Amino acid sequence: MRADQILHPTDAGLYCPPGDFFIDPVRPVERALITHAHGDHARSGHGSVMATRETLEIMAIRYGEDFTATRQVADGEITVGDTRVSFHPAGHILGSAQIAITPTAGPKIVVSGDYCRRANPVCAPYEPVPCDIFVTEATFGLPVFKHPDPASEMARLLKSMAEFPDRHHLIGAYALGKAQRLIMLAREAGIEGPIAIHGALQRLCDYHIEQGIDLGELIPATAKDVPAQLVIAPPSAFASAWVQRFRDPVIGFASGWMQVRARARQRGVELPLVVSDHVDWPQVTQTIRELAPSEVWITHGTEDGLMRWCELHQIPARPLRLVGYEDEPE
Amino acid sequence: MKGFANLLERLAFTPARNAKLQILRHYLDETPDPDRGYALAALTGDLKLRTVTPSLLRGLMAERVDDQLLALSYDFVGDLAETIALLWEAETDEDVPLRDAVALLSDTGKAGLPAAISAMLDRLGASERLAFLKLATGNMRVGLSARMARMALAQMGQPEVADIEEIWHGLRAPYQPLFDWIAGGERPEHAAKAPFRPVMLSTPVDLDQLQAFDPAEYMAEWKWDGIRVQAINDDGVRRLYSRTGEDISGSFPDVIEALNFEGAADGELLVRRDDEVAVFGDLQKRLNRKTISKTMLDSHPAGLRVYDLMIWQGQDLRELPFAERRAVLEGADFGSERIDVSPLLDFTTWDDLAALRADPPSTVIEGVMIKRRDSAYVGGRPRGPWFKWKRDPMVVDAVLLYAQRGHGKRSGFYSDFTFGLWDDKDLVPVGKAYFGFTDEELRELDRFVRNNTVDRFGPVRALKPSLVLEVAFEGLNESGRHKSGVAMRFPRISRIRWDKPAAEADHLATLKDMLP
Repeated sequence: MRADQILHPTDAGLYCPPGDFFIDPVRPVERALITHAHGDHARSGHGSVMATRETLEIMAIRYGEDFTATRQVADGEITVGDTRVSFHPAGHILGSAQIAITPTAGPKIVVSGDYCRRANPVCAPYEPVPCDIFVTEATFGLPVFKHPDPASEMARLLKSMAEFPDRHHLIGAYALGKAQRLIMLAREAGIEGPIAIHGALQRLCDYHIEQGIDLGELIPATAKDVPAQLVIAPPSAFASAWVQRFRDPVIGFASGWMQVRARARQRGVELPLVVSDHVDWPQVTQTIRELAPSEVWITHGTEDGLMRWCELHQIPARPLRLVGYEDEPE
Repeated sequence: MKGFANLLERLAFTPARNAKLQILRHYLDETPDPDRGYALAALTGDLKLRTVTPSLLRGLMAERVDDQLLALSYDFVGDLAETIALLWEAETDEDVPLRDAVALLSDTGKAGLPAAISAMLDRLGASERLAFLKLATGNMRVGLSARMARMALAQMGQPEVADIEEIWHGLRAPYQPLFDWIAGGERPEHAAKAPFRPVMLSTPVDLDQLQAFDPAEYMAEWKWDGIRVQAINDDGVRRLYSRTGEDISGSFPDVIEALNFEGAADGELLVRRDDEVAVFGDLQKRLNRKTISKTMLDSHPAGLRVYDLMIWQGQDLRELPFAERRAVLEGADFGSERIDVSPLLDFTTWDDLAALRADPPSTVIEGVMIKRRDSAYVGGRPRGPWFKWKRDPMVVDAVLLYAQRGHGKRSGFYSDFTFGLWDDKDLVPVGKAYFGFTDEELRELDRFVRNNTVDRFGPVRALKPSLVLEVAFEGLNESGRHKSGVAMRFPRISRIRWDKPAAEADHLATLKDMLP
């Protein structure tokens, strides 16, 4: 069977005919395999969902227990139609996985989902899975993206907190994954006291704590006076009246995009922190070299840069131009 | 270099003035000499280095990165120095002292420059590479004026900002004697000729407040709408300074050439064609240019209208009463037709002066200056001896169109407002205002914005055009950069017209009629 008979893009997302399932479909389908619980990859309303236990639990927290008719925890190698599928850690957020598809005949395909190769205390590390076709994201698919060690970004946060001890530091971070990682990074950097969190983060932080991730003392950032200098909130909160309770805060934002100044300025950020849950350029190119697949497919992001790199390295590559995935969702 | 890179980045992203000052002061406190001095000079534009051209940098990159990847990256980043800083694959990440980077950029010959720059980039981390490239291309863009840099220095020790301004132009990077003085040492002797001297400023006044004073004790003159300057010829050394001590001689060679006297004069810089004083917008075209074309010199000739004399023919007049300085001024020969004396106004009562102010002989007059006859020339803004009585601001009723969230104390509040006027059936944006309202009004405006949003573009909200704002402004220039064709000076919201329907707001034509 040819590769594009095993997996190909459709309007609803990547479809696998021999297994009759979609991966991360953007509209309701009969059978969905989901790589991770970010809203643009994990939607409600499918007939059945297969994902890691954590992804299923997070989807239930976000969408309610009835987010799908039936669910199945991905554990070990599972036969789906005429394929065998297995889930492997992607290092992106808690529960994130790559999906390997082995057809009865034809190339083995690994769909990475979103992945990251930097150590992340909130999830299992990325695991390289040998394959014939590697389907990768290219969120940061340009050679300008070399994300620094997050510890150095935390040092900048600490320096600013010391420089302006009377000002709250409000750091924007996506509610699932980034926020908890940021809290863990802050703990590693030596912030021991309470960290305040916006209400929208509460349930997801609680879930991480239940999973054994020690986020330390978290207090709600809902009172008039918030007795913690560091406050974490989802990006959307910065446009709401919630911010008005803070007098003269330092506004920061934690994202891989913060490496580009124009992006940081656009957001009106005073303290850009380059912290990313995605592979940067050295990581994505290193991963392709390491896996040495016979072909690379690129799902979404700035694929032109990665396409060019593959061309220069004589690796066959093609863009899938999937729509519906945001570069770093909010 | 790590400290310097961090400083540039923090300054670039910090909008609030006080926070910028604090960041700079901390840097200057904790950075050793001579690096802090070089950093200061880089920020104030006083570091004269070799200018590295974009084409040299592109050449360096072409050897290292595939041209398509470079083009894609540059498209995305939008800034060449930043693109190169991010793309460069360095060998180490050293903390190279800033003085070494400065030495490289001042001492390297043209032929050796590309290799020297590459070797330096190889030693630096990404932020430091960007700082080095900004230094090399002479383009700091961190939103910090030389004046603010001197304010940060003043916060570090005893000397006042005016004291620092006075000796600034006699100092050279890395400013060791200046830092020694700030730390409590000797005041540096200013060896340089034609130093800047602190300017005397006035306080605002109105007719009611003037009633408390005896008009006989005061003299008055027009307040011209140009740029207040200090023009000096000190034993052949000629300088033109702005009132904050920026040396603007380079932009005004015609005025410099006209300073055929010995002394220091305080006056207004104006563009003048024969006897006609041109509008402020014409003067603005002459500002901030590295080179002035002959065409520009001919079409926008600058001149000086003198208000006062600080030094004249070797004598320091600043201690004398204003009336005595004025007598010297009226007898002075400036040796050029480009320089004349600001005429006094003839008045007996404050009402006489009010009548003159209400009907000035030129549109390039923005009010009257009132000066005590016995006032010495004192740098700074002493309360009392000099008053400015500005003409009433112009006002239009405009419609609120867009709002953007503010920073710092206004975080979370929509506090930056774009407003427009009717042009036929459309509303054309004519300006932006950030102030003029009380805290209570800010809360009301914020509520209005949240309840009347029709669209969002990042931090900006487009609003249902339904609220009328009375906008006051000090002047109006023609502007090719604004869609409306005009630009307001110091616009602010003077009243929120909750009562007025948007359809009754003013038309663009009404505003254009106010052009001088």
